[in-house]
Amino acid sequence: MADIYAYITHTAGVADDSALELVAASKKIDANAAVTAIVAGSGADVDKVADAVAASYAKVLKFNLDALAYPNAEVVRKLLVNVLPADAIVLVSNDTFGMDLGPGLSIKLDSTFVADVVGIEGVDGTVLKVIRQEYSGMVSTHVTADITNGAVINLRPGAFAPDESQSAGGSVEDRSGDAGDLTVKRIFLEVVEAEVGDVDITKSDVLVSVGRGIEDEENIEVAQELADAMGAVVSCSRPIVDAKWLEKSRQVGTSGQTVKPKVYMACGISGSFQHMGGIKGAPFIVAINKNVKAPIFQVADVGIEADILDFLPELTDAIKES
Amino acid sequence: MENALIAPAKYFFLFIPTVVFSILIPLVGVAVFAYIMAIRLAPLVKAAPDSRADRIPQRIYNVVKIWLGQYRQPRYLLAGVVHIVIFAGFLILSIRSCSLVVMGISPSFVMPGFEGVVGHIYNFLKDYAATAVLVACAIAAFRRAVVKPERYAVPAKYGKDHTAEALFVLGLISTLMISESLFEASSVAANTQAGLHAEFLAPLSLAWVFKQGLLSVSVETLQTLHIAAYYVHDLTFFFFLCFLPLGKHFHVITALFNVFFMRIDRGNIKPVQHGVTDEQLDDLESFGIKRLEDFTWKHILDFYSCADCGRCSDNCPANAVGRPLSPRFISIKGRDLVFKNYPIYPYGSPFKKSEDLIGSIYEEDEIWSCTTCGACEQECPIGIEYIDKIVDLRRGMVDEGMVPQSLQKPLKALEKRGNPWGKMEKKRADWTKDLPEGVTVKDLAKDSAEALYFVDSITSYDDRMQEIGRATATILSRAGADVGILGKQEKDSGNEIRRFGEEMLFQTMKEMNTDAILDSGVQHIITADPHAYNALKNDYQGLPPVEHISQFISRNVKSGAIRLSGANGDGKVYTYHDPCYLGRHNDVYEDPRAALDAIDGLKRVEMERCRDRSFCCGGGGLMLFYEPEEEQRMGVLRVEMAATAGANVIVTACPFCLVNMEDAIKVAGLEGKMEAIDLSELIVQHMQ
Amino acid sequence: MEILVCVKRVPDTAENEIEVNRDGSDIERDDLVYSVNEWDNYAVEEAILIRDKVGGSVTVITVGDDESEEVLRREMAMGADNGLLLCDDAFEGSDGKGVASLLKAAVDKGKYDLILTGAQADGGAAEVGGMLAAMLDYPYASLVNKIEVDGDKLKVGREIEGGNQEMNEIQLPCVLSIQTGINEPRYVGIRGIRKVASVDIPQHGAADLGVDAATLGAAGARVKRLDYFVPEMGEGAEMLEGSTEEIVAKLIELLKSKGGLK
Repeated sequence: MADIYAYITHTAGVADDSALELVAASKKIDANAAVTAIVAGSGADVDKVADAVAASYAKVLKFNLDALAYPNAEVVRKLLVNVLPADAIVLVSNDTFGMDLGPGLSIKLDSTFVADVVGIEGVDGTVLKVIRQEYSGMVSTHVTADITNGAVINLRPGAFAPDESQSAGGSVEDRSGDAGDLTVKRIFLEVVEAEVGDVDITKSDVLVSVGRGIEDEENIEVAQELADAMGAVVSCSRPIVDAKWLEKSRQVGTSGQTVKPKVYMACGISGSFQHMGGIKGAPFIVAINKNVKAPIFQVADVGIEADILDFLPELTDAIKES
Repeated sequence: MENALIAPAKYFFLFIPTVVFSILIPLVGVAVFAYIMAIRLAPLVKAAPDSRADRIPQRIYNVVKIWLGQYRQPRYLLAGVVHIVIFAGFLILSIRSCSLVVMGISPSFVMPGFEGVVGHIYNFLKDYAATAVLVACAIAAFRRAVVKPERYAVPAKYGKDHTAEALFVLGLISTLMISESLFEASSVAANTQAGLHAEFLAPLSLAWVFKQGLLSVSVETLQTLHIAAYYVHDLTFFFFLCFLPLGKHFHVITALFNVFFMRIDRGNIKPVQHGVTDEQLDDLESFGIKRLEDFTWKHILDFYSCADCGRCSDNCPANAVGRPLSPRFISIKGRDLVFKNYPIYPYGSPFKKSEDLIGSIYEEDEIWSCTTCGACEQECPIGIEYIDKIVDLRRGMVDEGMVPQSLQKPLKALEKRGNPWGKMEKKRADWTKDLPEGVTVKDLAKDSAEALYFVDSITSYDDRMQEIGRATATILSRAGADVGILGKQEKDSGNEIRRFGEEMLFQTMKEMNTDAILDSGVQHIITADPHAYNALKNDYQGLPPVEHISQFISRNVKSGAIRLSGANGDGKVYTYHDPCYLGRHNDVYEDPRAALDAIDGLKRVEMERCRDRSFCCGGGGLMLFYEPEEEQRMGVLRVEMAATAGANVIVTACPFCLVNMEDAIKVAGLEGKMEAIDLSELIVQHMQ
Repeated sequence: MEILVCVKRVPDTAENEIEVNRDGSDIERDDLVYSVNEWDNYAVEEAILIRDKVGGSVTVITVGDDESEEVLRREMAMGADNGLLLCDDAFEGSDGKGVASLLKAAVDKGKYDLILTGAQADGGAAEVGGMLAAMLDYPYASLVNKIEVDGDKLKVGREIEGGNQEMNEIQLPCVLSIQTGINEPRYVGIRGIRKVASVDIPQHGAADLGVDAATLGAAGARVKRLDYFVPEMGEGAEMLEGSTEEIVAKLIELLKSKGGLK
């Protein structure tokens, strides 16, 4: 089998959680593979990251250049094309950067692209067998990918439990000199930060989160009353923000905030992976939803089949009395 | 007849015979008036066609009842009576005014038919008329200047206050009364002083009072007064005539026509364009009202006729909850735009090219806020129509793609699935799975039946409203009706689709439903949804007769086919909320009440705003999906009205009213103190 | 600016439960209704807004069958100037790369300054846009939620984690994948669709496009879907049973033990 590479994303000198998820994924492809990590960036940060992931990867290739100061997928793609062998198997986390990088990279490497993988079953010769989802996660699929000429595999963040065994212990090689020509036609300008709202949901231990099941803007009061009774804060999923019923700062999800509460009340939330992707740290998840088939019930700890508009007020009253 | 004073026709003022003025003033006055009226007529000519020349007898009846009889005026008692006095006074005095004009040229002129006894009786009457009008003007002025009723107020965003204009006109009218009375009184006083025969003045009338006061005044002064009063009257009269078309008093001229041409059919919506059949709709370049000239001439006449009385907005539920809609200002802003684009001054000004209405005088949210409840049209004493204008403006917005995001989803779902939630067609009849024992409803795809129960979307798919469906089916079945449903062949009746401006989608629903209904061979249709009732009865054509379940119940209780047990004295006080589409639009007020009263011992109270003054629950159909800017919900105001009336149960006969009431009870914090129930549900509870 | 927008006809998932059919070969399609992919619709609206500001034309293109034409017509009713249908039995079963190569062939036959796709479609792969850009050697930006035209360059914002926005300057010609929420798409009514019912939409087949057949269709696909399935609930949530009072009581106990109540 061809060599496996993992592209490491990092922020402010710290590798993202996905770095160890990619280790876990690689072991599912080939339990004995010697995986090479690619760490690209500039300054002291990139050194820190490279050293940190070295414990989990057989080898770390470090690229420390000004052009890589901000993770611009166009630049990184050129870098990888310059330094990777054409038949490489490249693992990328399917975050907003990975979505930018992966598809085009596979074309430039003339290899197979496998998008948003949630499970890996193994390799059979030159055929990789994975599990994907379609229709917003309503159904799953078994997929085969012909990886004879290599592959770029985007892995769903959080789908693979991070491998913290640190069982590789590889060396860090500075290959900055091999980067090659990195001129591109897209320039990074700046990051515009989301407006800070009145409440910081990332600071609360308990969240009462509402989704489409709340049905109407006026019903959000019902969730607020429960939150007040619980000493919690109200958060929500994307559709609530799109409808402008709550501010963006209240959104939990990959395109919203990442939260690490102790208890998460998912009220009328279906449980799409984009939403669940914003929840870290394995909180105690209570799911309340009219639809028993909603994906949330697969990830929640406790489930209640009920209409939140009826159930939440009852819960609020009971809490107030107790 | 000899007179002590010289008549204006014979008088000389500084060597100028004043008869010159008597001729000039009317001449100039009429010429200016004719010019102004020509300019005012121009937009009517350019406007879209309207078909209002049918059913003349009915139209004449409306004129007699609403215009002459001022039938709607007393709904606001004080203002109504004041207006009736001024109106009646104007009618009576019109003869006198015309006579006066001619008398300025030919002093012995008497209106044909008013010689002799008739003339004397008339003179007597007109004295009191003038007096009454002056008193009424005084009261009106006091109300405007001091009392300042809420409905006359002009919110800042609509411009300056209108009180000055109102007082000015009251001043003009008062001037007319006073000058006419002075003219008469001065002559009578002079004749009396000279011992000549004097016209008998009605005792205690204004003219009589003046005469008493003038008896001791010198004849020279009386002469001056006489002439001055005449020409003040003459000038004021023609000034007023020319002033009328410049503002809200245009209604003095146009009201008669507006009432004559007012809509006779109710509940339906005007076609996209009069004269264009449904089949020809695809060929139209543009739908709806986008520019001023897209309004029909009747709509423009409506704008002219608005008397700025504010009764429409005072009854508008959208206005009451703080939505950006005030029907009065739909008319006033429309009128002001017509005035601006078709200017009178300077003479010969070219007409302005119209720009888009939405974004200039009207805002999108303003037009989407309307629930089409019809309270405004019901109230207007001049027969101004609002719903058709709102629907036409919405048609224009839909044509341009300007539909709020919140409405796009349900519209798309209606297009794809025939219901606004996008639920599957095959599940439309699922509600029949839980019917009580012995209750059968046929499937018209397989069976035939005498009657169709048209369920419509919300009752078919909403968990709570399915209860109404089951209750209705129970009533029909137990009363022995042979009834079936269309099931998955049924599409949304489209009442709101049409009223929200998506005409072609409505036409699609109408076609599919009509085909399915006619194919089934049913002889009549029953529905428990007033929106469906309204659409099938008024907007569809060629269907068998349609009735609402309340009418069915009332009829069968009378015949004995339905027997109801008595109320069990549980301390509940019921009040019936008239749904807009059952009551106001279709005049079904008594049948639901009869059904309730057939339950022996049921305690029922009426809310202050009931029957045709019922207050909209918040709207149905697509209005459930629209996200308005408002200070509170209409339903909350309504349940508070029920509480004020002393009730603890609101009975509705419409699934949308029920949704809105149940919601409002929660929002208003009245859970446990107020409940809502559908008529069908209540009847089933008492069916033996 | 000549803009090409790639659209796809997908099942409407609004209220409908997508279910796997009996043998797992496909989803249950009997009662499905179809419409344009939501992300693609935002892309078309954006293209129309840009065209209205700077001039040019908007072409919508799709790889599909005859029924896919309805989606092209709907977008043309919305305001797109032209439609193009890439249709051939040989295209059926193509994977993302196959679709991208078909689109590339169509792009080569025209002259476009800007190519837009939706950020993702029903398959959730979000790959065609990026692949197309690489095949054309055009710069690419995904998850775009803001576009400003600046001469021969664009200033684009990308939606990244935490609700933040990454601003980039990208040269034309380029490919962008559009995220929902970038604008508020205008309404397209039945009337609008009927107006464009008889407008000509050219079709291109395999021969017209001259794409290597080996990369197309199910045969040429390197990524293949074996089946559809619904994973077993397995662990899943512990469902609380009983009356509402009982459930509430149990829940409160659990919340107390997990530190959920203050």
